[in-house]
Amino acid sequence: MKRLLTQHLRVMRVAFTRIFNPPLAGLLNTLVIGIALSLPAGMYVLLQNAQGLVLQLSGTPQISVFMSMDSRADDIETLRKSLAQNSAIEHLEFVPKDQALQQLKQSTGLADVIGGLEKNPLPDAYIVRPKSGTAQVLDNLRTEIAKLPKVELAQLDSAWAYKLEALLKFANLAVLILASLLSLALIAITFNTIRLQILTQRDEIEVSKLIGASDGFIRRPFLYFGALQGLLGGCTAYGIVSISLLLLNHPLANLSQLYASQFALNPLGLADGLSLLLFSLYLGWLGAWLSVARHLNQIEPH
Amino acid sequence: MISFSQVHKRYPGGYEALCNVTFEIAQGEMAFLTGHSGAGKSTLLKLVAGIERPNSGSVLVNNQNVGVLKSSALPYLRRNLGIIFQDHKLLFDRNVFDNVMLPLQIGGFDHKESAQRVRAALDKVGLLKREKANPIALSGGEQQRLCIARAIVNRPTILLADEPTGNLDADYASDIMAIFKSFHQVGVTLLISTHDAGVLQSHDKVRVLNLKQGVLQSNLATQTPL
Repeated sequence: MKRLLTQHLRVMRVAFTRIFNPPLAGLLNTLVIGIALSLPAGMYVLLQNAQGLVLQLSGTPQISVFMSMDSRADDIETLRKSLAQNSAIEHLEFVPKDQALQQLKQSTGLADVIGGLEKNPLPDAYIVRPKSGTAQVLDNLRTEIAKLPKVELAQLDSAWAYKLEALLKFANLAVLILASLLSLALIAITFNTIRLQILTQRDEIEVSKLIGASDGFIRRPFLYFGALQGLLGGCTAYGIVSISLLLLNHPLANLSQLYASQFALNPLGLADGLSLLLFSLYLGWLGAWLSVARHLNQIEPH
Repeated sequence: MISFSQVHKRYPGGYEALCNVTFEIAQGEMAFLTGHSGAGKSTLLKLVAGIERPNSGSVLVNNQNVGVLKSSALPYLRRNLGIIFQDHKLLFDRNVFDNVMLPLQIGGFDHKESAQRVRAALDKVGLLKREKANPIALSGGEQQRLCIARAIVNRPTILLADEPTGNLDADYASDIMAIFKSFHQVGVTLLISTHDAGVLQSHDKVRVLNLKQGVLQSNLATQTPL
């Protein structure tokens, strides 16, 4: 058992030194694999974040009810009563036009432009939080509210979220296809690297076979080579994705502030990161295995 | 130990390398395989090591029929053989020590024990002081001795040598023959191919197998030198 372990450790060390010999070739290979993997991994993270956002938004649908500009105080009160009677509505909040203007001034930085306006262009509004329901039920409620007197416009705020959700499903599939293609590319890269390795080690393989090396013994360093290279590529991809997210988060914070929200991209989670590393390790191993199975038999001692 | 029975070997293309070869070498015996180049000496050694397979007849090594042995079983047969190649087959990407280490790594020996064995083998062939050198820096005779060290480090029961003194001058050749003799004395079975009659003269009584165009000419138990 101990003997087997030391043997494997030795082979792992040999494989590691071979990856970086010459160093530039090893670095380039690792980088290529890393970039190839970081594309689908990065898109996956973005999608995960977008999905979280959509869930958050569509989970608490709102209907903004904008009143016509000529509404007076008693119109506002009448509308409040009729909305309050509606059993499908859970919560009701009134936003007077002055308050809306203040909010707009604070959050958008357009204070100068707004200050130059002669009168408030914003209407009085109600924000209605309906009891949760399907997209269809919510849409019916919206139509109902829109027919009430002095209502200029009733807008279902989460309508876009439902559309986005459908779009994200489509994007998910696209990422899956991209990931499959790039995985194939990774296998191909490893296959070729191992082929070259086998050619360089040709003498060693031949001599080893002549002095009694089993196929497993000869195969082992190449399999370790592929798996290690895949793993290093996976680590690189993890690094690329994490750093990119960090870089993106700063301008994104500014952007989300403009939309009066606090949104930051979540990094690649522990489980997802681990899956990425294991998957890249497996792909490297697979590429090496295919290459070894294809090329090793061609070297027979004479 | 090594037993050939009506062995034929024909290479693709129809070239008949060995024809109806039958002989037996007992355990602990030292035998020379002679004949001109092209007589089939190398082919015969390759059949023993399972590098080539016979077209008909049987090749028994340690009571195993090498001709029908599964490929997966060949490595274990070869671990009991020490093979000294005509072209040395040394690895120039590592030093002398690591070249001799290779068979022990294959056998999965523990590192400390292996290192001792490697040094013992290098000492035996007089290369202990060159263990850090690259084989490419060695002379022809030293390379040959390195090849011997690699073949014996595993303590094989059978030693095969293909033209071990082929390109060496007389002094080196007699050194190497002395090494072989010492193995013979500790009970190793040796089969040495040579076209060099001078080698045989230094042995008073030896077993000689003489090949001529793939046919065994003489198979005498003992023979006085030519």
